[in-house]
Amino acid sequence: MGYPFPSHAKETVLLSRYFGDAAARTYDGWVKRGGYEGLKKALGMTREAVIEEVKNSGLRGRGGAGFPTGLKWTFMPKSVGPGRAHYLVCNADESEPGTFKDREIMRWTPHGLIEGCAIAAYAIGAERIYIYIRGEFTEPWAIMARAVAEAVEAGALGRSVFGSGNRIEVVLHRGAGAYICGEETAMMNSIEGKRGNPRIKPPFPAQSGVFGMPTTVNNVETLAAVPSIMMRGAAWYKALCLSSPKSTGTKLWSVCGHVQRPGNYEVTMGTPMKDLIFEMAGGMRPGRKLKAVIPGGSSVPIMTAEEIEDCPLDYEGIAAKGSMLGSGGMIVMDDSTDLVYQIMRLARFYAHESCAQCTQCREGTAWTTRILERILAGQGRPEDLDLLLDLADNMTGKTICVLSDSCAAPVVSGIKKFPEEFEAYVRQRRRAASSGSAPALAARS
Amino acid sequence: MSDLVNLTIDGMPVSVPPGTPLIEAAKQAGILVPHYCYHPSLPSPAVCRMCLVEVEKAPKLMPACVTVVAEGQVVNVNSPAAKKARESVLEFLLINHPLDCPICDQAGECELQDYVFQEGRSGSRYDEYAKRYNPVEDFGPDVLYIPNRCILCTRCVRFMEDVAGEPILNVSERGDRAHIGIDDGHLLDHPWAGNVVDLCPVGSLISKDFLHKARAWDLDKTASVCTGCSQGCNITIDTRDNTVVRLRPRANLEVNRHFICDTGRMNYRWMNRGDRIEAPLIREGARHAAVAWDPALDRFAQLVRGTSGPVVLLASAHLSTESLAMLKRLLEDKSLRAAVRIPVGEEAPLAGVSGLALRRERAPNGEAARMLGFGTDWEATVAAASGAALAVVVDEDLTEGEAAQVSRAKAVVVLGTAEPQVIASAQVVMPLTNTAEESGTFVNRDRRVQRYLQARAAPGMAQPGWWVAAETLGRVTGTDHQPTTAALAFALAASAVPALGGLSHESLGLVGQLARSGAETAGAGATS
Repeated sequence: MGYPFPSHAKETVLLSRYFGDAAARTYDGWVKRGGYEGLKKALGMTREAVIEEVKNSGLRGRGGAGFPTGLKWTFMPKSVGPGRAHYLVCNADESEPGTFKDREIMRWTPHGLIEGCAIAAYAIGAERIYIYIRGEFTEPWAIMARAVAEAVEAGALGRSVFGSGNRIEVVLHRGAGAYICGEETAMMNSIEGKRGNPRIKPPFPAQSGVFGMPTTVNNVETLAAVPSIMMRGAAWYKALCLSSPKSTGTKLWSVCGHVQRPGNYEVTMGTPMKDLIFEMAGGMRPGRKLKAVIPGGSSVPIMTAEEIEDCPLDYEGIAAKGSMLGSGGMIVMDDSTDLVYQIMRLARFYAHESCAQCTQCREGTAWTTRILERILAGQGRPEDLDLLLDLADNMTGKTICVLSDSCAAPVVSGIKKFPEEFEAYVRQRRRAASSGSAPALAARS
Repeated sequence: MSDLVNLTIDGMPVSVPPGTPLIEAAKQAGILVPHYCYHPSLPSPAVCRMCLVEVEKAPKLMPACVTVVAEGQVVNVNSPAAKKARESVLEFLLINHPLDCPICDQAGECELQDYVFQEGRSGSRYDEYAKRYNPVEDFGPDVLYIPNRCILCTRCVRFMEDVAGEPILNVSERGDRAHIGIDDGHLLDHPWAGNVVDLCPVGSLISKDFLHKARAWDLDKTASVCTGCSQGCNITIDTRDNTVVRLRPRANLEVNRHFICDTGRMNYRWMNRGDRIEAPLIREGARHAAVAWDPALDRFAQLVRGTSGPVVLLASAHLSTESLAMLKRLLEDKSLRAAVRIPVGEEAPLAGVSGLALRRERAPNGEAARMLGFGTDWEATVAAASGAALAVVVDEDLTEGEAAQVSRAKAVVVLGTAEPQVIASAQVVMPLTNTAEESGTFVNRDRRVQRYLQARAAPGMAQPGWWVAAETLGRVTGTDHQPTTAALAFALAASAVPALGGLSHESLGLVGQLARSGAETAGAGATS
């Protein structure tokens, strides 16, 4: 639901059903609402059957990459030998600009997340779950900490979950504010107490993850969807689909920017994007027209108003328009937006958050930012656009993780789809109205 | 050949063992893939992204340092895409690099300079703002960090963490503000810390000792062996205008991989000593007179020939195997007692490389001395010299007390590089070359026989110890079939000492060979 707004008729509330319902936060409240039944059911099944069920549901990763969740779980070694512990890591380091869905899941339905984590842990043979919570999430942290304590008290976590003999423990790990720690291998380093730098793959986490042990990393929203799949079955979940059969279930969309009712909206996969923006989120402010949408968090290419006309909200539909569903953090911009400034602001974010390992990212994000800052300052040159595109090419597909690519994506899509905005600056026809409002990227001195 | 992986690199077929990274496989095809963070003695983080190559069927360019060979793989190091990627890395690296090559110690041996020259752009497109600036930091006894030149390859960080086992270096900050940091209250004073200077591909970590001493292109480089201890680390002696200005490790995977300790690294000033004996001296009455070699050698031969009593040979364990063997040969039909002095110190292992340490035995050739039958009971041998008919002291600084004892011998002959204590009582004094001034071999603690080459010209009339002994022996025996080169002197020793059998300067090459063990020599003796 579009908390704090009431649920919209076109929403399918599954994860967001209890948003705003403080009573759902407690263990008893959650149980009253049918909670932990999915976990109990899963514990009565074989691990393989649980994985099969999730596989058949078509559930895909909600953190950005959209990898089939059940398939990911099958990558874990079948046996858990002595000295070969398995780990589940729940990625709650939600830091993608524009995304705020995991925060709400943790705020309102912490037990739903814990239940999903426990089912996943059981399925992959993990006895320990690390829930890596973004450092800035102080309130979700407190709520999760309380919920974990309650779950342990109630026997939903611990040495023998609900007396099944399965040991499942949760460790809450608090991030320290680095965006890059949302990348799964950087997160594993961070959990180990190391600098949060992404690791080279291979080895993949399922072979060698946290502390060198087989590890699965899943997003909060992904795991939160698992209990209802257990309860209602794969077929039911799979049927939640309005367009591409490869995209099933519901997706929480964090809609922000120039809409009248920004918030989290949960819709069935395949719902038209227009419905989300213009009906659920209330459309543009009076007298304003839609200019651009970043559909899946700041790392994905920008879409034009034309492109969203017939775009369904699912992995394939958005990909067909040259962008990505990503994390579902939708940034809506109307015709008052200075796109050059917005893109500079994104680039600056990536320059600030680059872990500094790979040369292209360390230097390229900062260089890109400086060029954009210069263009905004009225000192752009016509050849700057080609330079930006060439830098973006040099920064794409060359590094360990995709932060560098993420910086390049909005630059490339911005220049290609909104060339007139950039032209206006480099031809000296426009001066920035807002570029002075944020301090320039400072070199360390 | 079935256990090798076959692949094609730039059109050249290559066969390498499974698990080999592409960067090493490419070396076999004679192709050096440009790289910064990769180093064969360090774990590979694949962060510099310089070694990106095109692998057919791979969706993206692959880092050659961590991509392992696969059967039938087709690799293109110099495809347009790979070259563009590397060119872009170089451009990115240079946007914050000061280009202060004219005052940078690394210039001439800088991998950034080399690769930019090889395949970089002719100009930069970065003309935004001033470059990143950070002040120079003093990292420790011999290491300065110049952050502006740093390309953040993290070799130094990994060396301290994974090889030295003292993880005090780190990457501080993020993005283009990043720089190498050192833990508060720590210095790079680990006994092997100096290696970070060699590992640094650019001029960011530099040696204070070498600071502004020479330009790389003015240096003559000579393969040698460290004299600091019995480990026998392979080194390169860098000389400028006949002066040794720097010792650096020379790769030998069997002995020291790519490293030397700081004790060895700094152990070169004696090679440049100015207070040298430059001419043979003969005692005439109360004083010594400088003479040509012939009279000195004649006098030494005369003393050897005329001696019937006990002879004591006190030699340095820094002498080459050739010199020790020839001296022994010269005096072996006498009633000879020979010993070397083995100085000792504290052992300092390098945690990450097994079998590599600064050894307790602080002399390079104690093993050869033992092999040749020299004793190590130095004090007793010095005491024995007081009653000897002839005492020969070779390149060893005696204490005042030792000199007094040796001076009681009936005759004293000194072969040395600098004036020793016993010189006043010596009948003959003959000038020797030091290690840097001659070629020879050392035998390390693992009985690896390793050659070192002459790095600088000897002062005055100085000659190697084996030459002096051989010339004297010729005079004593009346034969002139004595070795005239170090290689011949070694061959003579190899024919006499079973452990050295089968070895020659030629076969030793520049990485050495193991001497035969006792069992092997016994077997060889039985069959021959």
